[in-house]
Amino acid sequence: MRRSIPIALRQLVMVAMAVVSLYPIWFLLQTALKTNEQYTLSPTGLPSHPTLENLRQVILELPVPRWALNSAIVTVLSVSISTVIALLAAYAIVFSTMRFREALLRVNLGLMVIPPVALLIPMFVFMVDAGLINSLASVVIFYSGLMVPFAVFFFVNFFRQFPVELIDAATVDGASPLTTLRRVVLPISKAATFTLVIVNAIWVWNELLIALVFLQDENRRTLMAGLTLFQGRYATNEPLVLAGALVSILPVILVYVAGQRFFVRGLTAGIGK
Amino acid sequence: MWPYLFIAPALGAIGLVFVYPLVQVVRDSFYAGSTDTLTYVGTANYKNVVQDPVFRHSLLNNLKLLVTVPVMTALALLIAVMLNDRIRGWRQYQAIVFLPYILPATAIGLTFSYLLQRNGVLNTFLRDAGLGALAPDWLGSASWVVPAIGGVVVWQQLGFGVVVFTAALLALPAEVTEAARIDGAGWWQIQRRIHIPQIRRIVEFFVVLEAITVLSQVFNYVYVLTGGGPGNASSVLEFYIWKNGFSLGSVGTASTVSVILLALASVLIAIYMRLRARDAEV
Repeated sequence: MRRSIPIALRQLVMVAMAVVSLYPIWFLLQTALKTNEQYTLSPTGLPSHPTLENLRQVILELPVPRWALNSAIVTVLSVSISTVIALLAAYAIVFSTMRFREALLRVNLGLMVIPPVALLIPMFVFMVDAGLINSLASVVIFYSGLMVPFAVFFFVNFFRQFPVELIDAATVDGASPLTTLRRVVLPISKAATFTLVIVNAIWVWNELLIALVFLQDENRRTLMAGLTLFQGRYATNEPLVLAGALVSILPVILVYVAGQRFFVRGLTAGIGK
Repeated sequence: MWPYLFIAPALGAIGLVFVYPLVQVVRDSFYAGSTDTLTYVGTANYKNVVQDPVFRHSLLNNLKLLVTVPVMTALALLIAVMLNDRIRGWRQYQAIVFLPYILPATAIGLTFSYLLQRNGVLNTFLRDAGLGALAPDWLGSASWVVPAIGGVVVWQQLGFGVVVFTAALLALPAEVTEAARIDGAGWWQIQRRIHIPQIRRIVEFFVVLEAITVLSQVFNYVYVLTGGGPGNASSVLEFYIWKNGFSLGSVGTASTVSVILLALASVLIAIYMRLRARDAEV
């Protein structure tokens, strides 16, 4: 092609982009494998004698496993709850002639992009009144609700591609809506559901603000909220702090590597058609 | 009857987590005092807030951070049009640039808080490259801290744009490009006149979504990178809400700023809904 950017230059741009994207992650990894002394002497150098001491300390002596467990519990519960709620709602919206469907979808669209911080203060007061502060239930409730609009939107878009005959046939056979949903719709929605679950799970796992405010008791913190404590406590031990950070990103990277195509599809669903 | 039963849990969840707090936050913005002893103060909170220099500075910082949106959009478009030519390794490049986007901002923030220290990795690199004059104390200087946070935001969000734009470009019909090429259009011309106009809608969505993100979802970066400092130099609206609500115990002030943030975001939310409605018509 004429006047295009030469191949060599493009590869150069791409390599530069890759280095910039990966270096901070590499820095996190290599620092977590250094002793504090090594890091102080050479912050950028390769770990000459890689050590698992920081990881050992983080996992065996600090409450990181407790926090990770809290994060896992919160993630599993809130993603499951929101997915089930959204499945039912989307099914009703797409496969029934219920009134106000369009109005509902329109409102739902706006809710998808409401900044959670605007809801934070009243939800906090609500949780205090309900006696749920410092209980994992508080964040599970908030996260579940926050994820519902996007999940509904996601399933509605997906269900609309279904041939209606499929549902009609099941209904004629006398299947109840719940049975049709379970026996007909769900089996062909596995990939889509999986996509949504992955995207939402990552969002919950990564969330900080709400967890920080609702779970103040040290043992009740999620991993992200717990990690922020490290920063102040171990300010002069960067490798230890980054070992904690490493534990927090490992599950995300594993999920990413295992299900990359689901990721891309799910995260781009809020854009385009 | 069954559709209403199916939709009831969703309505319940939305009622509790969206409708109730939205009504309550507006109401609370007219009250002052702690949670137990709230007194009605009319619009006093609003008057106080807009005169508070920290609030103004926080708002200004959010507006400054909006500059990251055109930057990341332009960069993502440039990378996407190159990937669209399916240069060798394009899938791998795409996977790499997308990786930062999914990582927890907390871990990212901790990492960058070390990389951007006065004698951190970035400045060491700059000094070694003879660019010592361009090596400020990124997070400790009132004038550099917001651009530094903006840089981290671009670093993390860029991959989202690249993936979205590349997917849209790859879906374009080849005939139009081919016809333009036969007519003698050059590479840049094809990108500017043919490719990018065709994915304009996607670009618009991206810009609106990222503007909402930068306006209302950067707490994580600020909290971990700087804690709002030095002084209040890097405070943003979210941080101001958090600080007033949970550190200073001023529910009224925090609610007032929540309402202001919501009002600003609602302009963008309205644009987003319009874009959606437009897309649904096609």
